[in-house]
Amino acid sequence: MDFDLSEEQQLLKDSVDRFVREEYPLDKRQKLTASDEGFSRDNWKTMAELGWLGASLPEEYGGIGGGAVEAMVMMEGVGRGLVVEPYFATAVLGANLLLQAGSDAQKQELLPQVVSGDLMLAFAYAERQARYDLFDVEMTATKDGDGYALNGAKGVVCHAASAGRIIVSARTGGGSRDRDGITLFLVDGNAAGLSRRDYPTVDGLRASELAFDNVRVGADAVLGAVDNGLPLIEHVADQAIAGLAAEAVGCMDVLLSSTNEYLKTRSQFGQPIGKFQVIQHRMADMFIACEEARSMCYVATMRLDDPDAEQRSKAASAAKVQIGKSARLVGQQSVQLHGGMGMTDELNIGHYFKRLTVIDTMFGDQNHHLKRYAAFR
Amino acid sequence: MDLEFSDEYRAFQQDVRGFLDENLPEDIREKVTRGLRLERDDYVRWQNILSAKGWLVPGWPVEHGGTGWSAVERYIFDEENGRAGAPNVVPFGTRFVGPVIYTYGSEAQKNYYLPRILNNDDWWCQGYSEPGAGSDLASLQTRAVRDGDRYIVNGTKTWTTMAQWANMMFCLVRTSNEGKKQEGISFLLVDMNQPGVDVKPIMTIDGGQEINMVHMTDVEVPISDLVGEENMGWTYAKFLLQHERTGTAGIGNSKAQVQRLKKIAAQEKSGGIYLIDDPDFRRQVAELEIDLQALEYTDLRYLMQTVAGKPPGAESSLLKLRGTEIQQRISELLMQAVGYYAIPFVPEALEYGWNEDPIGPEGAAPLAPAYFNRRKTTIYGGTNEIQRNIIAKMVLGL
Repeated sequence: MDFDLSEEQQLLKDSVDRFVREEYPLDKRQKLTASDEGFSRDNWKTMAELGWLGASLPEEYGGIGGGAVEAMVMMEGVGRGLVVEPYFATAVLGANLLLQAGSDAQKQELLPQVVSGDLMLAFAYAERQARYDLFDVEMTATKDGDGYALNGAKGVVCHAASAGRIIVSARTGGGSRDRDGITLFLVDGNAAGLSRRDYPTVDGLRASELAFDNVRVGADAVLGAVDNGLPLIEHVADQAIAGLAAEAVGCMDVLLSSTNEYLKTRSQFGQPIGKFQVIQHRMADMFIACEEARSMCYVATMRLDDPDAEQRSKAASAAKVQIGKSARLVGQQSVQLHGGMGMTDELNIGHYFKRLTVIDTMFGDQNHHLKRYAAFR
Repeated sequence: MDLEFSDEYRAFQQDVRGFLDENLPEDIREKVTRGLRLERDDYVRWQNILSAKGWLVPGWPVEHGGTGWSAVERYIFDEENGRAGAPNVVPFGTRFVGPVIYTYGSEAQKNYYLPRILNNDDWWCQGYSEPGAGSDLASLQTRAVRDGDRYIVNGTKTWTTMAQWANMMFCLVRTSNEGKKQEGISFLLVDMNQPGVDVKPIMTIDGGQEINMVHMTDVEVPISDLVGEENMGWTYAKFLLQHERTGTAGIGNSKAQVQRLKKIAAQEKSGGIYLIDDPDFRRQVAELEIDLQALEYTDLRYLMQTVAGKPPGAESSLLKLRGTEIQQRISELLMQAVGYYAIPFVPEALEYGWNEDPIGPEGAAPLAPAYFNRRKTTIYGGTNEIQRNIIAKMVLGL
């Protein structure tokens, strides 16, 4: 039993925290979200130089050889800074899919490019009718000579516009809600027949709707086993949830301390509003919510390597429920306790609240995961 | 980072489990797990077994009878006891006054009282709350007036748990009205076997009688039974509240109760299927289990901080607050699980060995009384509102 970071992990955390503190003030971040691409290529380069893009990748691909805890440290920093670069899409989703399912050739070609910052990735798994069911895939991949032809649509694909490669789930067999028959493909971001509709998301990040009209890929574009992509998708979804949990913990940490500070300085009725018991009790509940969220983030992170997939998924779902619950309380009440100021775009509070709101939806909201958890025997 | 206990601790856990399997009397275990009433003798019998093993007061210093276990081992011991259905060791002597005595007491007090706690010779109760001093404990009015080599005590204590079985009471009394109200309080050890002590039972909403009102009229306490210094009692009382953190959250017992809930739900029908298969019920249990898990790992995080040398502080407020909320939620779901058959009130069914046919499902009778009884948990030991005050003040600095 140990909840402390190792010395190396602590160093990683210190360097992320320093970057966020020095390079990521809110006004700078807001300028980035308003820019064409929605983030900074310079920041991305810095992240590569600091080794962060390979924090959880083996040394043979240029990574620093870390694992789930390193990813957690990074994502907590991403949350604390409201970082808008495609770290999650590339280093958590894309890199893990490649690492776990890629052939030697695919890994050797692509992972070093991820680490060096030359290749961004995106994961196109969601479809409109599927809501949060990862197995609900209508998009098809039909045999076409040696390769496949992809047809269908994917929705709300985070950072698709900047991705050099997009990893896509498609049906090579079975019906649209069968667990079997799903295959993953690596598709070029500018493949012929692939069209994108790009848009900003409510939290200031970027996403796209993708349409595939006879997009042709070779047999070497298959990632992992044909027809058996779902276990891989589920594994990476659990990793994604652990990462999002850490990001949410970072966000909530800032909200809790900023709000607490505000309560000590904002004065009404002749005293700081933090002196009112009704507000103290709400803050105590918010503190508890943050503590419980952090505990469940740790559990989800450390269960990622559990050989028993059910234990891993149960922990991820439990964490997602807890994060959703905690984030809603902390987010909503941080706005409330800041009064009118909490409603302004100028203050950081609303931006953390919006990111937390999006995190609840990503990879299944509280309701979805409560149902999933309840279905385990 | 690592979620698992080391092999050494897991071996310890197996030892504790083995001991509990062999030594916890079946009738006592059944009373605890089925929510039946425990008698004085049940506690004494179990505590004598623990005492014989040397495990009654694990947290005490070794020279006074402690085990020398680490905080982690004490945690594991508490959790395993809860899981196994062992009754909680009555805390008033073992966890409350004992540590106050070995920390602040005189040599004579240590030599006399500590062995008597170890041998279960004394039954202690806690004289804190008064009719006019609940959450605002420091406003207490029970007076102790010095008269030669003794104090004369007059006043009323209330909500005194198990006072009907007690022969000793540790008691906060007012010895001065000077200065702040916290500064005039002293900590006395009161022998209850004397004429001026009158214990009146208070019946609670569950039909039980575990709490009492204790009237004291010209009760005599020799000055040798003053703990520490006169007017310093508030310090000792606060020490007592923060002394032992482990077990506050009651995780082991709550886990056992969730298993009981699932067992009952597997036998009850709802909508033509078993309740355990009802999606809405499953969802409520899932929510409860996730809450419990979040608390468990928060508890463990704090435990490991303690091991690393960070003394327990206001975290125990979080554990008390969430632990009791969860206990109440479990008792609510247990009651709801039996539907109509939570309604019949059959006090005899709460006694072990009652062998008439149950009304409705086996085990239903104690569920509503337990639900009523558990409402106390967010009130005792500092109400959950007071715990929020403590978090706001100590953690958030508001």
